[in-house]
Amino acid sequence: MVPLSYYLVLSGILFACGVTGFLIKRNIITIFMSIELMLNGVNLSFVAFAAHWHVLSGQVFVFFVMVVAAAEAAVGLAIIIAVYRTRETLNVDQVNLLKL
Amino acid sequence: MTQNPYLWLIPTLPLAGAAINGFLGRRSSKTAVTTIALAFPGLAFALALKIALGFSSAAAPYGFELAKWIRSGPLSVDFAFYLDQLSLVMLLVVTGVGFLIHIYSIGYMADDPSYYRFFTYLNLFMFFMLTLVLANNYLLMFIGWEGVGLASYLLIGFWFTKDSAASAGKKAFIVNRIGDFGFLIGLFLIIQHFGSLNFADVFSKVTPLSVETSGAGVLTVIGILLMVGACGKSAQIPLYVWLPDAMEGPTPVSALIHAATMVTAGVYMVARSHVIFERAPMALTVVAIIGTLTALFAATIGITQTDIKKVLAYSTVSQLGYMFLACGVGAFSAGIFHLMTHAFFKGLLFLGAGSVIHAVGGEQDMRKMGGLRTYIPTTFTVMLIATTAIAGIPPLAGFWSKDEILWKAFEANPVYWVIGALTAFITSFYMFRLLFMTFWGDYKGIQVDDHGHAHSAHGHGDHGHGEPHESPMVMLAPLMVLALLSLVGGLVGIHHGFEHFLEPVFGGEFPKAVSEGSGNTEWLLMGISVLFAFAGLGLAYILYVSKAYLPEKIAASLGSFYDAVLNKYYVDEIYAKLFVKPLVDGSNSILWQGVDRKVIDDTVNNAADGARQVSDEVRHMQSGNLRSYAGWIAAGAAVVIAYMIWKGIGQ
Repeated sequence: MVPLSYYLVLSGILFACGVTGFLIKRNIITIFMSIELMLNGVNLSFVAFAAHWHVLSGQVFVFFVMVVAAAEAAVGLAIIIAVYRTRETLNVDQVNLLKL
Repeated sequence: MTQNPYLWLIPTLPLAGAAINGFLGRRSSKTAVTTIALAFPGLAFALALKIALGFSSAAAPYGFELAKWIRSGPLSVDFAFYLDQLSLVMLLVVTGVGFLIHIYSIGYMADDPSYYRFFTYLNLFMFFMLTLVLANNYLLMFIGWEGVGLASYLLIGFWFTKDSAASAGKKAFIVNRIGDFGFLIGLFLIIQHFGSLNFADVFSKVTPLSVETSGAGVLTVIGILLMVGACGKSAQIPLYVWLPDAMEGPTPVSALIHAATMVTAGVYMVARSHVIFERAPMALTVVAIIGTLTALFAATIGITQTDIKKVLAYSTVSQLGYMFLACGVGAFSAGIFHLMTHAFFKGLLFLGAGSVIHAVGGEQDMRKMGGLRTYIPTTFTVMLIATTAIAGIPPLAGFWSKDEILWKAFEANPVYWVIGALTAFITSFYMFRLLFMTFWGDYKGIQVDDHGHAHSAHGHGDHGHGEPHESPMVMLAPLMVLALLSLVGGLVGIHHGFEHFLEPVFGGEFPKAVSEGSGNTEWLLMGISVLFAFAGLGLAYILYVSKAYLPEKIAASLGSFYDAVLNKYYVDEIYAKLFVKPLVDGSNSILWQGVDRKVIDDTVNNAADGARQVSDEVRHMQSGNLRSYAGWIAAGAAVVIAYMIWKGIGQ
């Protein structure tokens, strides 16, 4: 059986990739995907713990996260399309009307 | 104490006049202004007369409490008035002479564009002066004291567009502040030691105290501090310097404030506090010495002045010195007597001088006058009466009071008498010098002056002075009344009548040694002082009428001493070097450049700069850049995790 630490390390690597992508990418879709990556990194650690402790609540949490992520993706993609229509760009640095 | 509900009306009436003219005068007609300006002080005078006629020594003192004012622990001060024989004399002098001068001013100020402003100030002055005189406690007196100072400032600087007038006003105010400082400290000491400012309370607590013969006790300190205040207001050495400069004001102001009433407030205050002074011989001695010195000092300056008003100003300082001398030797009633006669003849002299100035188109330099007696005979007559009165020639007013003072001074210390008699001689000399320079000889003024603008500020510009002309009746009538008073005003002093009248105030537990046995000495001294007066007259006649070339020779032969006297002993210059310049320089370099700019301004500016610099750095955190926020969150999380791991390893 694969030990728990392997899962956790993979989870951390996934999360770190997500954070890095979120921080360095300009394209809003890539940023969005980075957020999904972070969520999935967390999900992985949830299910790993659930299997390790034989408790179902971790798996239930993962379902909640996936539902929220799906809703977020729906809303977020709609916003992105609306932004692209008006601004004709997906670069977040150019979507700065509210900045001082 | 007898209640007299009319007392509070006397000061309040002129205040009402000042208020009405002050607020409405600019838009009202000149007639209306005149009516208001005359009616209210006139009513006050009438009321004062009514009170005087109903005055009975048995019922005195009268009092009236208008309102409660300060209640602070044991200290209580009220808006309350007090009238005894002393305040009655002052009351009559202030309202009477004041009213006459109001009438005179109608003529004198007729063409001034600020006619209503002048009478507003004049009425305001009457209000404060009457408050000062009628107050029943030191604090209310102090209000009047400060108020007349304010009125004096406003009226000296009445023609404030003239730089010299504006600065003379400031000088008067500031020099008076120095004196007021002493007065105020004296009041604090009175509160501390006697717990009250009410005259009756304080004096009843002072009366049982013994005379401070050895060393300076608290009464001596209080007395000297009060005297410092009196020195400021009554223009005594070393604070007399403001009075000659105060002649920048209109002439009626010089007559009313700077001769007849306000400057005598110091004498009144010392006389009012006689209970304190009688128990502080050292303070009394200081008063006498300062008075004597001032009398002589100012008289010598008076000899050399050529401005007709300046001569009178120094004469006033000198006569005030006499009053101080009288108070200083314990002859308070003689001091008040001289105060009264002086108000008559010096008021008359100033008003007469005003009439002369009016006649010659605003010229004040006596060297440009001369021969005026044929042009303005009425003015000449009254001036002659006033001069004779001040010179101390019997039976005019000045003789009686001055003789009384000299006699009392002789009883105290013959040195006072010698200086006093010498001063009387000098007084007679410079006063007749003034008279001869102005009225004898040939007229040396400008004959034709179509524009009449010798000085337009006095507002006589439209007359077109062909030759000197007599003043209108409205100016001459007050002169005649005052001349009459100068003639006969001294007669109340016969057989010590005036002294007896004031006895309930000053007499009593300190009987002055009226040594009847020395009657011969009194006659002798009287003879000598009259002789001195005539000697002064004679000398002035020789020098300024019969041998008019002599004064210049004498002046030349005296050389630098004459220059010193001519320049008023350089006192103003010495004060400027000693006090004014260090003060201005110190304020400039230390207080302004040092404290204000380096400490206060820099503290504020540096605090603001620091706040801005810090904010400038911190502001970058709030960039609005979402990615940098996320970066900070990630970094913070990383730190937290690293810390937890480190802790975990440690365990």
